[in-house]
Amino acid sequence: MAAVTMRLPQARGPLGASVSRGAEKHLVAPGDTITTDTGYMRGHGTYVEDEKLIASVAGVVERVNKLVCVRALKARYNGEVGDIVVGRITEVQQKRWKVETNSRLDSVLLLSSINLPGGELRRRSAEDELAMRDYLQEGDLISAEVQSIFSDGAVSLHTRSLKYGKLAQGVLVQVSPSLVKRQKTHFHDLPCGASVILGNNGFIWIYPTPEQKDEEAGGFTTNLEPVPLSDREVISRLRNCIVALVTHKMMLFDTSILYCYEASLPHQIKDILKPEVMEEIILEARQRLLDLEG
Amino acid sequence: YFFLSLSSSSSSTPELEGRGGEELGTDIANTLYRVFSCESSVDLKSLCINPREHCWVLYVDVLLLEFGGNIFDAISLAVKAALFNTRIPKVRVLEDEEGTKEIELSDDPYDCIRLNVEEVPCIVTLSKIGYRHVVDATLQEEACSLASLLISVTSKGTLTSMKKVGKGSLDPESIFEMMETGQRVGKSLHIALQKILDEEESLGSSRPKVGFLG
Repeated sequence: MAAVTMRLPQARGPLGASVSRGAEKHLVAPGDTITTDTGYMRGHGTYVEDEKLIASVAGVVERVNKLVCVRALKARYNGEVGDIVVGRITEVQQKRWKVETNSRLDSVLLLSSINLPGGELRRRSAEDELAMRDYLQEGDLISAEVQSIFSDGAVSLHTRSLKYGKLAQGVLVQVSPSLVKRQKTHFHDLPCGASVILGNNGFIWIYPTPEQKDEEAGGFTTNLEPVPLSDREVISRLRNCIVALVTHKMMLFDTSILYCYEASLPHQIKDILKPEVMEEIILEARQRLLDLEG
Repeated sequence: YFFLSLSSSSSSTPELEGRGGEELGTDIANTLYRVFSCESSVDLKSLCINPREHCWVLYVDVLLLEFGGNIFDAISLAVKAALFNTRIPKVRVLEDEEGTKEIELSDDPYDCIRLNVEEVPCIVTLSKIGYRHVVDATLQEEACSLASLLISVTSKGTLTSMKKVGKGSLDPESIFEMMETGQRVGKSLHIALQKILDEEESLGSSRPKVGFLG
């Protein structure tokens, strides 16, 4: 009944055939010389040594007129106003919560930035402060939007809409923030039967699509009813597909996840994590995405 | 006789670096030693050169490079594979005139004895999450489980040792269930490992050698 497969170690080859993109990107590794022309201003990720501009992180060179900077491929999340993030509460402090969002500093969720049951215009009183732990405890997962950024880079969050709030049952996948594509909306209801929240900070939340769409409580009641097996299978398949996409460094957005899911249907859920099956699925998904672009 | 030691590189996991690493390391080493020091597991008689006088000392050094959850299983598989690959040169003991004994190693690099690893056990870790248990837990799954059971199974399915780790409690009923699952998984683990080792053996010296970072 238990299936154990072992294989001999093999050298890792290049992941899949490199598909030609439009313009060739200028990729650098730390220590690579970007340019010897002294007319450029140096931006993030670069430093000057011996009149040469050298990269300090591994990434893509971006040039805006005279400014040269290197955008790292794998870096911590840098907050921008209006981003959707999924975070985990780490601390409950006096008038705020500290949320972990895979950035350099813990993000802050102020008590005045959340929806309290009973209407939005209520003044936050001392009882609200004492009852903070009833709303959000350490270890809870929330979806929120970035309201503003402090001067030290810490991000301030708010959940002032009914679509944000505490997340109930589902699966969290942690990926690099640079792999999540910026789109108009990050809440997707996939036709395969599950919904996904693509947080800009790299936290992806997969959960079963809720039946009734209108919730009055402002997102703090958690639905703890048991999830049916078919939904669980869809969710685990989606999770494995996302892991496959991340291994092959493909951008994550609703269409790519959907194509990858459809390509993986003939295989068993646990087979998706095998290297050969992963390559096959990714190749098919990549082909369909290229056809889509025209 | 047999001696096992464990060392880990600092990049494997934050808990294992510096001073704390030594404590955790000796803890893991002691558990492994208990598993492998069973009389029937490693064939110690084949290590004997002269009865009551000379014998080989087998040192097993385990170096942990990366910690991804479920280390005991991985280490036991590695130890078994390493023992299978070991080649011990044949020795002869010569008597000198004064009675001092001299040990002579045979010069032929292929003249060696191999160890019989049939009875060497493999460890299967079962972690209890909620009301059920999982085998081969990842780091995140280990973080969710409060208690786990380490059982060492030989290729025939006999349990050689059992250890409970973790701060949670295990119900006696669930312990029986876990033992049975562990035996089943352990047997298939042995079969798969033996198949791979035989396959590698048959490739001879032409097999591609891949390092850890390859």
